[in-house]
Amino acid sequence: MTQEPQAPPGSTFTFDGRPVPFVDGQSVGAALTAVGVRSWRTTRFEGRPRGLFCGIGVCFDCLVVADGRPNHRACLLLATHGLAVTSQEGTGHDDLAI
Amino acid sequence: MREPATDVVVVGAGIVGAACAYYATRAGLSVTVIDRGAAGAGTTSRGEGNILVSDKGPGPELDLALLSRRLWLEVADDLGADRLELERKGGLVVATSPEAVGELHRFTAAQRSEGVDAAVVPPEALRDHEPHLAADLPGGVHYPQDLQVQPVVAAAALLGAARRLGARWEPGVEVTGVEHHAEAVSAVLAGGRRFPTRAVVNAAGTWGGEVATRLGGPVPVLPRRGFVLVTEPLPRVVRHKVYSADYVSNVASDDAGLETSAVIEGTQGGTVLIGASRERVGFDQSLSPTVVRRLAAQAVRLFPFLADVALMRVYRGFRPYCPDHLPVIGADRRVSGLFHACGHEGAGIGLAPATGLLVSQLLTGTAPALDPGPFEPTRFEEVT
Repeated sequence: MTQEPQAPPGSTFTFDGRPVPFVDGQSVGAALTAVGVRSWRTTRFEGRPRGLFCGIGVCFDCLVVADGRPNHRACLLLATHGLAVTSQEGTGHDDLAI
Repeated sequence: MREPATDVVVVGAGIVGAACAYYATRAGLSVTVIDRGAAGAGTTSRGEGNILVSDKGPGPELDLALLSRRLWLEVADDLGADRLELERKGGLVVATSPEAVGELHRFTAAQRSEGVDAAVVPPEALRDHEPHLAADLPGGVHYPQDLQVQPVVAAAALLGAARRLGARWEPGVEVTGVEHHAEAVSAVLAGGRRFPTRAVVNAAGTWGGEVATRLGGPVPVLPRRGFVLVTEPLPRVVRHKVYSADYVSNVASDDAGLETSAVIEGTQGGTVLIGASRERVGFDQSLSPTVVRRLAAQAVRLFPFLADVALMRVYRGFRPYCPDHLPVIGADRRVSGLFHACGHEGAGIGLAPATGLLVSQLLTGTAPALDPGPFEPTRFEEVT
């Protein structure tokens, strides 16, 4: 029987530079919630805080920047060791504004 | 239940049917609007809401477009520009090859003589208009008259205005036929009900061919499929409707095969819309990865930054296409009381007010705002 690679004990990703532990197979959204982080992005027009809402990949509320790329849904993004997660402001693409 | 008699029954509550109801009620007619579904749920909801003069060469469609653009601005004065999400964004047509520049400039010169406002943009000035454009494009033309509305919102606003003037609105009612009395239409049969009337307007868009047959006056309206790609929300990155000069020749083409050309614009919501494809595949709804790939590649050619932007979804629709690329607007001389207002292909949002105005003028017997001759519904019949 083949086995999925297991995340070794002590695996972490970073959230805004702080290490966040996770268990194998956990999503970034679940791991953040487990350590008490409940919001990690702001809305585009009013800057309101957002985190998990549906938690199942439907609502696009839990957007987060992962390894520099915005608009990942934290509830679907598998936590991996060393992943650099940062909170997202608005579209996450302010650099493109003209 | 007996339905009250009205002067006219409009079949279809898309942008064109809503515009017909708006102008007919303003002309003092009593109106019933029926649709098998909801308002603006067909092709109206599947485009980008463009009101363009830039893509039309001299001819009857440009005349209709220029009239209709003026009418959209009047509608905005009447109902409020924000209730239509009307934006005076202007169009920027860009050439992707040196040969295309000359062709585009000749096209522009012909449009100018018809009253289209168009300013040639030299290559070094393109990025003053659109900072994210590719640096190596050989030239373009700016069309300040091009507008955009949110088409479903605009259709609802027109229909709402007609209802305030007394129009009846019956959603979820599918037309099945007509009754005649003394060789003229006397009632529309729909959804198991009978709507007494002396006139019926076929504003069923892409389904106008089928509806015309049910109403006894066939017209050749066929579906031409198109996809639109939707990016993740972005800050304002594209100001105008920006499209490749190839778009004009694709629209005019009679080829049944796949044709694509880059058409790109931002929205108030933040997403960027990427079109446009054309193919005649009937009402086939299936997603075509080939089309998506081609549209994405063409968009990146004009706006290289899009290569690093994610697509969120793709939608598709069916443009109502007539063999000569002109809509059918006017009385059907085979069936007294039957009028057609469909077949606007990809220009239905832009052409809706002029179509509605013409139909209301024909219904009331007043002088039409322009010659409806080129749009005559039976023009495709063999001369016998």
